[in-house]
Amino acid sequence: MNKWIFALAFLSAPLAAQDQDLGQPAPEGGQVETTGTEASGEDAEGGLVFTVTDESDWADLSIAIPGFAADRDVATPANSRGTAALGVEIANVINANLQNNGLFQPIGPARLPQPGFAQITDPAWSNWRGRGAEMLVHGYVRARSDGRLVVGCYLYDVALQDELVREGWVVPPSDWRRAAHKCSDIIYARLTGESPFFDSRIAYIAETGPKDRRVKRLAIMDSDGANHRFLTLGSATALTPRYSPDYSQLLYLSYVDGNPRLYVYDIGTGRQTLVTQSGNPTFAPRWSPDGRTILYSMAVAGNTDIYSVPASGGRSTRLTDTPGIDIGGSYSPDGRQIVFESDRSGSQQCYVMNADGTNQRRITFFGGRCANPEWSPRGDQIAFTRIAGDFNIAVMNPRGRNLRVLTSGWQDEGPTWAPNGRIIQFFRTTRNTGKSALWQVDLTGRNERRLPTPVDASDPAWGPILP
Amino acid sequence: MNRRFATVLLLASATTLAACAKKAPEELPPPPPSATDSGPATPQAVTPSGPQVGSQAHFEDAVNGQNVIFFDTDRFNIDSADAAALQTQAQYLARYPQVRITVEGHADERGTREYNLALGERRANAAKNYLVSLGVDASRVTTVSYGKERPVALPSNAQAWAQNRRAVSVVIN
Repeated sequence: MNKWIFALAFLSAPLAAQDQDLGQPAPEGGQVETTGTEASGEDAEGGLVFTVTDESDWADLSIAIPGFAADRDVATPANSRGTAALGVEIANVINANLQNNGLFQPIGPARLPQPGFAQITDPAWSNWRGRGAEMLVHGYVRARSDGRLVVGCYLYDVALQDELVREGWVVPPSDWRRAAHKCSDIIYARLTGESPFFDSRIAYIAETGPKDRRVKRLAIMDSDGANHRFLTLGSATALTPRYSPDYSQLLYLSYVDGNPRLYVYDIGTGRQTLVTQSGNPTFAPRWSPDGRTILYSMAVAGNTDIYSVPASGGRSTRLTDTPGIDIGGSYSPDGRQIVFESDRSGSQQCYVMNADGTNQRRITFFGGRCANPEWSPRGDQIAFTRIAGDFNIAVMNPRGRNLRVLTSGWQDEGPTWAPNGRIIQFFRTTRNTGKSALWQVDLTGRNERRLPTPVDASDPAWGPILP
Repeated sequence: MNRRFATVLLLASATTLAACAKKAPEELPPPPPSATDSGPATPQAVTPSGPQVGSQAHFEDAVNGQNVIFFDTDRFNIDSADAAALQTQAQYLARYPQVRITVEGHADERGTREYNLALGERRANAAKNYLVSLGVDASRVTTVSYGKERPVALPSNAQAWAQNRRAVSVVIN
């Protein structure tokens, strides 16, 4: 309640018209510095190149994650009960990460004995073997004199009695969860051979109110739903946010001046500017992978086409010029191609073009329509909304082949990729009520689950691994 | 605490007013007082006190509710029913040259969000272009798309979707 009052009171300050729906700016993330010696140089190498693996071999792997040990229990702003309690919380976050994504069989600190500080580098092997654990995660928390926290993370193979990977990080107390996500990431990467994804954030639209007067607010959260914040107040409808690759800015659509227009919201200052100074409506904002170019769609006299503009400002370039609706767009990871949606053939289909707009060609020819194409960060897949009766999330390769439908809701739309290209998030709308929620599914079509959010949710956009 | 609350209320009501000023009222204003309310005077003696010229209610009355036109799924063409409605609107605009309107384009929920924004814009422009072809000055007609964000019919069925695929002409005050 206090926060809400403060946010509204904020409005009383004189603001430019386009800032009128903005709430309190979110604090910028602190720096996470890697410490420790062990280099894990094998994350992406040997990753799965499109083959969909049967994950049962490691889904059954039991991993014991007891509380991280504190060298001494001291006060920290990260936890009101001190660093020892914080160590247990870190283990809980790791346990939830591995559990919620259907990966492995983690066992959390509540069901395990707490190791002492000295045991972190010298595990009591027989105890863990006796509990049936195949993998063991150990870690420690140490508060430095400057208030920052050092968090160490170790993964052991119990049968081999061997250390598989270790890493350590120095984080400001407010960013303690990032250490837990980074530890989850090295465990995941070491055991699956895949790239990490937990240490990342999601921007989305928080929805409240009845179906015909929906209030839609820009919101952000960590990949596990923690550190949730509303960035706009809800007096203007906000839609379709996208994090910049460096997380310093958000692109989104707002009706704050009465018309649909795209804004760049600066997370540090909490200010926003128009993507393009034009009286025409603009939709569907996207970043290039290097963050230097913004793609947007603009309707001129009713006809929507795709344009690009340097993120630093400057002249826009029109990339499409058909009389149909050309909209959206998602860059290939190398930034050289763009997959987009067009109804130039008579119905929504997906097309690929070079980043300068040349060589436009349709790639989808299966039954049904193709919308919201999103190129995987690995480059090997394109996720999209397949409309064939119901709306479902599907993937195909960049040539439009190997279609696989991953979900079966009544209306699932708006796919967004996890940073490692193994999980797709989307939103699911319920028939009649219009209520929507964020869901995710992995590339195998398994492990579908709903992401808890404080209120209804739509338009998720998953950012890359945090810098 | 009280002062804080007062500020909040003040701001909230200011926001509501600001929002209302821009668009058509959600509900029509109450009907004008009927003749029986004004006492025993003869009907002829009463000046008609209907909605004011240039108000949304006056416009809707004058065009007999035909300020809304409807579209087929994914289409934006003006069919004969739409054309008749737009002709009525054009006549009103010809009679009251001071009136300006916004055409709001809408789509049903069975479409993806961004495509629907573009589709709503296309529908609003189709209506506008038709009005312009009937002699309405283009500068008197603006457009805005709400995509699928503002349905009027709430169930998820074909009938409701047909009501939501629409272009609504709204008088700008």
